[in-house]
Amino acid sequence: MTRKNIWIASLAMPVMIAMLLMFAGPRSVAANDQPSAATAAVKIDNFVFGPQTITVPVGATVTWTNSDDIPHTAVSTDGVFKSKVMDTDEKFTYTFTKAGTYPYYCTIHPKMTGKVVVQ
Amino acid sequence: MPHKKQDFIDQNLQDLNNDGVDRRGFLKCMAWAGAGLVWTMSGGIPVSRAFAKSSAKDAGVAADFSFVQISDSHIGFNKPANPDVTATLQVAINKINAMPDRPDFIIHTGDLSQLSKPSEFDTLDQALKGASAKQIYFVPGEHDMLSDNGEQFLERYGKGTKGTGYYSFDHKGVHFVGLVNVANLKAGGMGSLGHEQLEWLEDDLKGRSASTPIVLFAHIPLWTIYPDWGWGTDDSEQALSYVKRFGSVTVLNGHIHQIMQKVEGKVSFHTAMSTAFPQPAPGTAPSAGPMKVPADQLSKVLGITDVNYLVSGRSLAVVDSPLGA
Repeated sequence: MTRKNIWIASLAMPVMIAMLLMFAGPRSVAANDQPSAATAAVKIDNFVFGPQTITVPVGATVTWTNSDDIPHTAVSTDGVFKSKVMDTDEKFTYTFTKAGTYPYYCTIHPKMTGKVVVQ
Repeated sequence: MPHKKQDFIDQNLQDLNNDGVDRRGFLKCMAWAGAGLVWTMSGGIPVSRAFAKSSAKDAGVAADFSFVQISDSHIGFNKPANPDVTATLQVAINKINAMPDRPDFIIHTGDLSQLSKPSEFDTLDQALKGASAKQIYFVPGEHDMLSDNGEQFLERYGKGTKGTGYYSFDHKGVHFVGLVNVANLKAGGMGSLGHEQLEWLEDDLKGRSASTPIVLFAHIPLWTIYPDWGWGTDDSEQALSYVKRFGSVTVLNGHIHQIMQKVEGKVSFHTAMSTAFPQPAPGTAPSAGPMKVPADQLSKVLGITDVNYLVSGRSLAVVDSPLGA
């Protein structure tokens, strides 16, 4: 325990500095030429994922929002991501850190399928 | 007579499928359900006739026993067209309790709950405690297997069942089989029974006399009604091949919140109304989501199904009645 506390204390200052830098970070990124590239939205409406195929850069966070009166899920066919059950207006987000194609579906209504392409 | 019935069904399906008059066709179908109809399976030949009373006995049909099918109570749903699904379930139970002949048992064909929440199951249990029939058989709908792969459902309603919750039982000479077609669904597919359950079904039916009336019940229809909305079961053909040799087979389903019927050889297919909210006729809306109807129309599109069994003809008569009849 003691050793751990010392270890934490010795790290505290650099961590704080790092956090300050991180908070400052987004501003400089926002000033960049790709401010909106990091997020994307998929709307679930009338038992359809829209857009059905969404293309995002590596590192992007995708948010699914259920606009139906019926619950849905967004679950990767290959087991990469799995939402909880989204009731009306509930959301699920996932950040894609690797390039690739990620097919997914609603496990409650498996006719509903979609795809995230990460480039 | 069989031709007449087939014409009648064709007419109804045609009404449902006609563009432009879909909604009217749907309501016509409901009105027809309101008037009531006896479906009699006699020696494998289906016969139908108009039926205005709520009891088989009143219509001159001596039923040896009856049971009631209820479906899609969706306890926890609270949006239009029905903000109080517990109240409409209660109306359904009152209707069952008012039957002149007490049904031997109730079959619930799934979607007991909206979100598989313990509180939703509790509410359902509390309401069903007041039903005149104490024995209730359940199969899960997809809404009952959210989050936990149906563990909670099995613990509450599936004690002693096999695999994902399938089972069979005999009642006064009729063999009943409850099937689960909402588990482990594959991307892009419809309902699914799966290899293990199909093997079990084949084994369960093996050795039974072809004269034994068979009742199969499951949540999603075991016949393809509308693939675009997933209203069918991918491997139902396999299951139905096992019942081909039987003289009388009745298939009872829910899921689509409306009455649909089809007769194929000796197999009679039937879907029940919901006790919670109606759904649109196939292809008549952008999706299969809840159909909004005026409040005073709601009780006409919700209902229960009364099934009477006649030993004499080894036949089953199916009567649908809306809650607001």
